Amino acid sequence: MRRWLPPLLLVAALIGAWQVATSTGAIADALDLESFLVPSPAEIAESLWQNRALLAENAWVTLREILLGFGCALLAGLGCAVLLHLSTVLRHAAYPLLVASQTIPIVVIAPILVVWFGYGIAPKLLIVALICFFPIAVNTLDGLRSVDPDAIKMMRTLDASRWQVFRRVEAPTALPFLFSGARIAAAVAPIGAVFAEWAGSSSGLGHLILQDNAQLETARMFAAVFVLAAIALALFGLLALAERRVVPWR
Amino acid sequence: MPGESISIRDLAHSFGELRAIAGIDLELPPQGVIGLVGPSGCGKSTLLELLCGLREPSAGAIAVGGESSAPGRLRRCSYMPQRDLLLPWYSAIDNAALAPRNRGAGRAAARAEAAELFERFGLAGFETARPSELSGGMRQRVAFLRTLLSGKPVLALDEPFASLDAITRAEMQAWLAQALEADPRTVVLVSHDVEEALYLSDRVAVLSARPGRIVAELRAPAPRSPDRDAAVTHPAFVALREQAMQALREASP
Repeated sequence: MRRWLPPLLLVAALIGAWQVATSTGAIADALDLESFLVPSPAEIAESLWQNRALLAENAWVTLREILLGFGCALLAGLGCAVLLHLSTVLRHAAYPLLVASQTIPIVVIAPILVVWFGYGIAPKLLIVALICFFPIAVNTLDGLRSVDPDAIKMMRTLDASRWQVFRRVEAPTALPFLFSGARIAAAVAPIGAVFAEWAGSSSGLGHLILQDNAQLETARMFAAVFVLAAIALALFGLLALAERRVVPWR
Repeated sequence: MPGESISIRDLAHSFGELRAIAGIDLELPPQGVIGLVGPSGCGKSTLLELLCGLREPSAGAIAVGGESSAPGRLRRCSYMPQRDLLLPWYSAIDNAALAPRNRGAGRAAARAEAAELFERFGLAGFETARPSELSGGMRQRVAFLRTLLSGKPVLALDEPFASLDAITRAEMQAWLAQALEADPRTVVLVSHDVEEALYLSDRVAVLSARPGRIVAELRAPAPRSPDRDAAVTHPAFVALREQAMQALREASP
């Protein structure tokens, strides 16, 4: 409880300040805006409740894109890291490509992927996977390469095969790195899903945010952003919990 | 009877331009214990890695039990590195039982094999402890049991007690002497501590600064006394230690 108190107090204070600033009209006046364009936390909460069915429906669409995309990235990132770790030639050949792939902004390729793969879930899944892949692959590879060379020598004199060195030393060493990569991926996955929906979709929180923005439904837009943030936080928290179970020696 | 002879002839090894060791000759009978001392960077650890078949030498030959290929040496030697390198994801007993597990034994069988030694070497009750829960001395003991359980005739020990405090180190030296008494093997012990090398070995070789070569060889007092404090304060031991220190001073740059 003591650990949770400071962040809870800070969030409460920020919401309180926001509430005061909006209900007195201070922000709207300062920006010379109509007051309905700057919703207060109370109005957002009200919108969250009134639109709960709509929000839940769209959140489910986005959550599915996030989870499936994240799952694909986890499998691909893990596989890629292990392959690059086991083959020096492959690592030297593919590593620069891996880094270069990250310099292409996802916003740019999202519309192209929609053109190629249509308006279904495929391009969304791909975009989320693309954005999650890099932190998982690079962190896992770093973890696999961070093994103490003396530990490998020791294992070799204890008759370990290549597979046993991997299973008993390299893989457990890399696990915490994999989790930290996965946590970064979980935090950026919703961004990928929103971009993907902006590039072309008929449902999902990203689609809803775009629609609300056009219709000046600012309270509902903030409510959708709130749900999106809650999804990212929940995913992050679940991963932290899983890490504590899977990596108890840390 | 476990233990194999070691025969090293005109051994040299370089890392690129850097000559680590040069012209080392050494003969060790089965169950012999030799201590290697020398200034830091004289190639002691390289010599152990060459012995264990973890590296191929640039020149010269090493044979362990008549086997001179690197895989053959690897099958006959086990290596205890300077740091205990216990794997934090395994319990103490699973760390000790790594070699039987690698050889294909089931978890229960491997643990049973290690449990016997835990009892014998004062680690009973700590089987399921995580390495982080053990003291420095206990960690080294588990690391040594892990080396013993490899079942290899030759043990290569690389400054096994360097990370321990003085009192624990003295205790561990007496403990190791007893352990080798109970389960004799051929041992090559690298140490920066002349007293430790003389107390634990039959013979101590002094290596020169890089490139390392043997510049002096001393025969340690035999038989080894189980009372370490009495042994190391014996006048003959003290004189021998002084002789070794002198050789070491001359060998240092």
